[in-house]
Amino acid sequence: MTQLSVPWRPRAKQQHGPMAALVAGFAKALYATFAPLVRAFPGPLLIGAIVTVIVGVWANYLVFEFVDTALVAADTNVVAETGLFGGLLAITEVRAGLIAAGVPGAGTLCYLLYPLQYGLVRDVIGAGGLLGFISVIPLYVIWWERKVAGRIQSRTGPMRVGGWHGWSQSMADGIKLICKEDLCPADADRPLFKLAPYLAFVPAILAFFALPFGTYWVFREVDVALVFILAMLGIEVLGVILAGWASNNKWSVYGAMREACQMVSYEIPMGMALLIPIMAVGTLSLTELGDTQSGGWTSWIVFRNPFTFVAAIAYYIASLANCKRAPFDLPESESELVAGFHTEYSGFRWSLFFFGEYAAMFVVSGLCVILFFGAWYSPLPMSLAESWGLGDSLIARAIKGLLFAGPLWFVGKCVFLLYVQIWIRWTLPRIRIDQVLYACIQVLLPLMMVVLMGHTLYELFVPTHGLVWSIFNIILSLIGAVAVLGMIFIATYGFWNRVGLVGSLGVETLPGS
Amino acid sequence: MSEIALETRPDPLAGTDKSEQGDVRTEEMLVNMGPQHPATHGVLRIVLRTDGELVLEAVPHIGYLHRCAEKIGENLAPYQYIPYTDRMDYLAGMNNNQAFAIAIERLAGVEVPLRAQYIRVMFAELNRIASHLVAFGTYGLDMGAFTPFLYAFREREMILDLFESACGARLTYSYITIGGVTDDLPDRFLEVLDEFMDYFEPKIDEYNQLLSFNQIFVKRTADVGVISAEDAVRWALTGPVLRASGVNWDLRKSTPYEIYDRFDFDIPIGLPGGSEGVPRAVVVGDSWNRHIVKVWEMRQSCRIIRQAMEQMPEGPHIAAKTKNLKLPDDEIYIEIENPRGQLGFYVRGDGTQIPSRVKVRGPSFCNISVLNHIGSGCLLADIPAIVGSIDIVMGECDR
Repeated sequence: MTQLSVPWRPRAKQQHGPMAALVAGFAKALYATFAPLVRAFPGPLLIGAIVTVIVGVWANYLVFEFVDTALVAADTNVVAETGLFGGLLAITEVRAGLIAAGVPGAGTLCYLLYPLQYGLVRDVIGAGGLLGFISVIPLYVIWWERKVAGRIQSRTGPMRVGGWHGWSQSMADGIKLICKEDLCPADADRPLFKLAPYLAFVPAILAFFALPFGTYWVFREVDVALVFILAMLGIEVLGVILAGWASNNKWSVYGAMREACQMVSYEIPMGMALLIPIMAVGTLSLTELGDTQSGGWTSWIVFRNPFTFVAAIAYYIASLANCKRAPFDLPESESELVAGFHTEYSGFRWSLFFFGEYAAMFVVSGLCVILFFGAWYSPLPMSLAESWGLGDSLIARAIKGLLFAGPLWFVGKCVFLLYVQIWIRWTLPRIRIDQVLYACIQVLLPLMMVVLMGHTLYELFVPTHGLVWSIFNIILSLIGAVAVLGMIFIATYGFWNRVGLVGSLGVETLPGS
Repeated sequence: MSEIALETRPDPLAGTDKSEQGDVRTEEMLVNMGPQHPATHGVLRIVLRTDGELVLEAVPHIGYLHRCAEKIGENLAPYQYIPYTDRMDYLAGMNNNQAFAIAIERLAGVEVPLRAQYIRVMFAELNRIASHLVAFGTYGLDMGAFTPFLYAFREREMILDLFESACGARLTYSYITIGGVTDDLPDRFLEVLDEFMDYFEPKIDEYNQLLSFNQIFVKRTADVGVISAEDAVRWALTGPVLRASGVNWDLRKSTPYEIYDRFDFDIPIGLPGGSEGVPRAVVVGDSWNRHIVKVWEMRQSCRIIRQAMEQMPEGPHIAAKTKNLKLPDDEIYIEIENPRGQLGFYVRGDGTQIPSRVKVRGPSFCNISVLNHIGSGCLLADIPAIVGSIDIVMGECDR
């Protein structure tokens, strides 16, 4: 036999490199600067931070939209490109457009905007904004998940860091994780072990680049955006399998193999569920799919007919499996496999898995929203906005963005679906691997085949906006409305009566009551 | 790993022709589950021989928490040994104190006042509830449901508050001692307890709605790790594990100790699927029954506590002479019903204050022995389901 192998080679002395010193110094300086402020004004600072993030992330979009509007208003020959980053704007044309629109100081503004005429510059700025958004999303979803979990479990969740309900807890955790030692087991396959977290993280971010947040709010308008996003989510699985395999840990191998098993079982029903809205609309472009649902909540694809309704539910179940969320969190089930594929990871690499997971959660929720739940449109029909005759002024656009359509609606719906994922995770037990395979292959797959066939026949033989079509549409729309309103009512009722609902002794002991 | 001698057992795949299993040549894998593993409830180590997700063999290895508890008993006077007994089964300290106290009282002929016996029964049943709450909560945790754990601990916390008000300790009580209990009940104790019972009893239904009758939970536990009644008796299983197999045997009913014959309560036993609202997939003796028997026992404990509160007499809480007892040159073996099963104490005196032999029969120790019998041939994810349903405490298993 070989000699006894030590899991981690002992180190004589912890070496702090210049990078670690820099990070530690930065964290200290950050703390010294902001901690007194945060303690003094927690509420305004939180709101200010959120507003800053939103504005900062989307500022470039706003600038471009402004330019495009000016161009259209000036009726120049330049067609406003569908993707804001797609076309090259000649600076002279912008100048002409701005002067025609009567913008004061147009010349100076044009020189400031001069770098933007190069596609590369616009792409870098857009990608930076998107990366910022993707970095902020997991931080706040993790914090929010912990708060929701706390509420569900009658405790408070994070309360300390940042002052107001621990709103900066995730940032503190992130700094801690970055400062931790990057361990690699002695017997692990080093190159693969180091590569795996990136394979899990990068595709989740790439998926964002084709995900539209609004009609023009997309980094790259791709004709086959749906296929691209599905491909990216598929690569993420490879990172997980690689991590499990490269760790050279038997439990991690179990996690990896489970992930592989799970993927082959959920991908097919998930793909079939996604085919149904594609068939209903007739395009693979997510922007076009979203734009067909502008006629209020009855025009959302989920309420179109019974088959799309079933497909939406099936997609949501499969998407839980895609994100390794409970009850499908078998690859990392901590009570069976300790932590499954990421048992051996620590620090920054470990946090990459989590960033990837939460980013993927947002992406699958986003797909669900675009394909089934009215994309970036509010439940009010756009025709209503037009009948108000608001015009095209900035205020009118703001009202339209808040009430009828816009990225805020998209993000809001995504956040709601994320909340449902969190809710499910903290309520249901985990199912077994054979039950995952059974549920996906023997229940969901035949069901989706029937639904696919049924939807094909429905689209072929039931006339659109005919009597049968309308009856189903109205009934399903009412079911959806009642479900959402009922949920809001029950949640509000439960919140206001939370003291009375827990019983006599709970009053003193339930936190937050 | 190859040095570990495994008990040879029939291979579940022995009958099948290996060439029929497909083109891929597969190998068995030896996996070490524990002693540091979240689902082993302490420092249990299980060596699993697996073929993919299929577990061919699950051999428990114990002894990581051995603290010479029995040998210590042979070097201390009984009243000094009481604090060591509640460190064995640290989730049911009261019951362990009670078992040892009864053994010494019977051996030395100490008369226990009636009030003390009522207090003992009340605290033993409260501790049974607390212990079952932990079992229920951690079982949900083993299944991947996190929330019931917090609910169970919220209620357990109230019981611990009650214990703290009575004896000052929250985990290792040493409250039940030789000849009675160390202190009388504090002021307003029964009122607070009554308030707690009113609060707690409806919560049991909540637990069932949340976990026991959850479809996924039933699917995970029904027909998993089935122990037949004959097997349960043959493997000397006791407590909820035995009763879940359909054997109606509880020492509180069959050979009542203390004053258990004065109370009216039922012994819940495992039921087949389809009867009395039990899910259809359930089989007598499976993990679901082992779980639900504990939940039902909490309700019966509530009944006993309520009766004890009503009948609570006045009087002294401890016998006059409890220390410096001379143990006669005699031996005694008694068993009581611990939350996990029958806890037995064998004590042999030799005319001095210090026993010459103390031996413990731990329910966890006996119950875990069945693991390989029911654990071989199941899936990997069923091992936490089985271990959790047997509900072991390694402190008492290893002693």
